[in-house]
Amino acid sequence: MAGKVVTISSGKGGVGKTTATANLGISLASLGKKVVVIDADIGLRNLDVIMGLENRIVYDLVDIVEGRSKLRQSMIKHKKFEDLFLIPAAQTRDKMAVSPQDMVKLTDELREEHDFILIDSPAGIERGFRNALEPADEVLIVTNPEVSAVRDADRITGLIEAAEKGPGRLILNRIKPELVKKGEMLSSDDVVDILGLAIIGIIPEDELVLSASNSGVPVTLNTDSKAGMAFNNVARRLIGEDVPFMNLADDAGFFRRLARLFEGW
Amino acid sequence: MASFLNRLFGRARKGSGATAKNRLHFVLQHDRINLPPERMEEMKREILAVIVKYLVVDQERVEIALEQRDRTHSKLVAEIPFAKEKQQIQMEARPETAGTDAQTAESNGAVKSPLAADEEAAPKDESNDSQDAEPVAEVDEASATAPDADAKDNKKN
Repeated sequence: MAGKVVTISSGKGGVGKTTATANLGISLASLGKKVVVIDADIGLRNLDVIMGLENRIVYDLVDIVEGRSKLRQSMIKHKKFEDLFLIPAAQTRDKMAVSPQDMVKLTDELREEHDFILIDSPAGIERGFRNALEPADEVLIVTNPEVSAVRDADRITGLIEAAEKGPGRLILNRIKPELVKKGEMLSSDDVVDILGLAIIGIIPEDELVLSASNSGVPVTLNTDSKAGMAFNNVARRLIGEDVPFMNLADDAGFFRRLARLFEGW
Repeated sequence: MASFLNRLFGRARKGSGATAKNRLHFVLQHDRINLPPERMEEMKREILAVIVKYLVVDQERVEIALEQRDRTHSKLVAEIPFAKEKQQIQMEARPETAGTDAQTAESNGAVKSPLAADEEAAPKDESNDSQDAEPVAEVDEASATAPDADAKDNKKN
């Protein structure tokens, strides 16, 4: 088996990289894929809590790289999915403890027995990002419809292309259709136009994402969640399915529907 | 009616979203070439200072701007109109190409400077339409060598 390494990056912090990684991991596993998610944010580990696996950690990424633990015994199996594993970041070390070459070596080993290796990149453009980028076959760039996040996404896009890992594909997170409609938020078309990237996911703002992180159960597992559905669609696009984008404008209220009535005039 | 409804229901482009898009376009242009706006202004002043040493141009209407189709295709586009009454100086300013009849006829007063590019390599944008009757010089990175090529062709002829 020749698994695929997908790195999730953003440049800016707090836009939803870890949430995206956790949810894509769950979605791919629920589609029957064998998946490993790696937290590459050494010193600021978070993927474990988002996935609800924090109290099962024994070994971490640095332990593996430095030979203190075997790869298999360091991978934490997800509670619900047999074929979903987490490799957590070390919490007490810094990013220099791992090199890009270490990541290539590790992922090459993982490729043999898994379909997807998802790497949650740290924010920033330094060593941690380089570690996450080096083994990537594909890069997903998470951004929000907000000037600082889009600017940083552009910066990271340039670096990804310079490293010949591009072009990345875009996940636009936390979009609010009502605000877009009012002209008070960048639309997905705007962001695509500005960045010149293909888009693989448009994730609506959803309060259930917060509840999900509170409880450590990623939002894709909640069938009521629009964000969860949107992440699920990203996973299906990632495995090559042609999935139409959700019509987020459809819950536009009464006035939008009234406007549509008059549209023929 | 439709446009009224568009406005009523907020579908026309206005608001801070459009402002965000414009600001991003601006800031990313400079980020991508790693040249901050202030340095760009400085460069424009220097370019203009060189040009006015050789040509009489309409300084009020000089435009030097960054044009970007996407991340990897950007160019500097300069529109440097000559001062209207200085036909004589423009003619003198032309390189070897000045002798060919075809070009003289075609140029019809709108003479290209030695810096000018061939037309295919210098796509026009909308801003040119408003002043296409005016003498205009264009410079862009793709065609900076064009005048040399022209000169060689003319010698062969």
